[in-house]
Amino acid sequence: MSTAPSPAPRHTALDALHRSLGATMTDFAGWDMPLRYASERDEHNAVRTRAGLFDLSHMGEITVTGPRAADLLDYALVGNIGTIGPGRARYTMICREDGGILDDLIVYRLGASEYLVVANAGNAQTVLDALTGRAAGFDATVRDDRDAYALIAVQGPESPGILKSVTDADLDGLKYYAGLPGTVAGVPALIARTGYTGEDGFELFVAPEHAERLWQALTEAGAPAGLIPCGLSCRDTLRLEAGMPLYGHELTTALTPFDAGLGRVVKFEKEGDFVGREALLAAAGRAESAPPRKLVGLVAEGRRVPRAGFQVVAAGEVVGEVTSGAPSPTLGRPIAMAYVDAAHAAPGTQGVGVDIRGTHEPYEVVALPFYKRQK
Amino acid sequence: MSNPQQLRYSKEHEWLSAVEDGVATIGITAFAANSLGDVVFAQLPEVGDTVTAGETCGELESTKSVSDLYSPVTGEVTAANQDVVDDPSLVNSAPFEGGWLFKVRVADEPEDLLSADEYTEFSGN
Repeated sequence: MSTAPSPAPRHTALDALHRSLGATMTDFAGWDMPLRYASERDEHNAVRTRAGLFDLSHMGEITVTGPRAADLLDYALVGNIGTIGPGRARYTMICREDGGILDDLIVYRLGASEYLVVANAGNAQTVLDALTGRAAGFDATVRDDRDAYALIAVQGPESPGILKSVTDADLDGLKYYAGLPGTVAGVPALIARTGYTGEDGFELFVAPEHAERLWQALTEAGAPAGLIPCGLSCRDTLRLEAGMPLYGHELTTALTPFDAGLGRVVKFEKEGDFVGREALLAAAGRAESAPPRKLVGLVAEGRRVPRAGFQVVAAGEVVGEVTSGAPSPTLGRPIAMAYVDAAHAAPGTQGVGVDIRGTHEPYEVVALPFYKRQK
Repeated sequence: MSNPQQLRYSKEHEWLSAVEDGVATIGITAFAANSLGDVVFAQLPEVGDTVTAGETCGELESTKSVSDLYSPVTGEVTAANQDVVDDPSLVNSAPFEGGWLFKVRVADEPEDLLSADEYTEFSGN
């Protein structure tokens, strides 16, 4: 246990509600967040089979507006932001000049010249500073909206029906990675069809003073369908099964998007220069000709659980490192994502194991994701 | 879940039953089980092993972490709970009953084991 002093954790607008629900709380990126309410496995399974309700108010919202907002974002981020249609969203990244990943982001186009950038809680200040710095010379405004929003997610196959019962918004017309303004349970909200669970679902951006009312309305509307409150613990196992990267684990400043197997988010064909372009061109070539380690999935043959930082081994040699690991409720076995030397990264490679506290446990190399929902 | 009065407790959050014919049953408390979250893997000491009070003798793995299992007493292991090996969630659902972990023929026990009331005060639960 560290005894170093840390600043007091921040609390979301739903803090009192979480405590009244008996949540086990945890510090996450400086926020006091629900880890789980009861059994994290039950919460995980609820999202896979019914629906779960999450408080994600720690996420960092940044609004970019102005005549050249799209040009700024095209310069500051690696994606082709100018091609996002109104009401649509895109997964993208912000990189350093050397190509290292500063954060992965979702950018929502809210209006003709208005964008909402959602950053990870732990990187929100970094992203805000980078966007503000990169905005020099652009007729665009970067605004810190972290305190302007609470974020509530309802995820799982029952989530469309649950949300429909408390909104008149056209959810059938709302595609995956799209967002529209609407009223939910009498509360104005940005309704986005996005998530981090591998299931269909929605993320609702609302004013913090409306968060509790929305949470209660969704709780009541979802109860008949089996919706339960869900904490960050199951969010982690859900995203891991879905093969989705987590910043600080699969993504770091030491890696480019190409190293992480996500080179597709880098759009060299877009107009104009962007931060990191040259370094990323080189990284793309490197990934093509002499790939360094590759991000793979590992499935345990035994029951001991690999954790971030554990070594991947083959024939007694270290050939990689685990970035995320957990018992998978859906597969019923421990799973991990790991960066592994290309020679051992092909699915089905024999003789790969993980060093779990001195014992080499056998693991199967598989392609990601571990889980894909049936549409 | 309150801590049963007839048990004694260690500061490592294990419980110890009354000794019968020289043998005591050992498990972890409801507080410990709840702190761990869903237990998914239990590595228990094997029958015939000698365990030492205050030293690790196995591990319990949960969704988020792995924790060492400590023996509250010194002695020879006479049984390990195969039900828990097969279904580790028993540790969460019945920590003081079906979720017991192992039995020890007690050779020595420390003097600082806690009563139920003392443990409740110690753990705050």
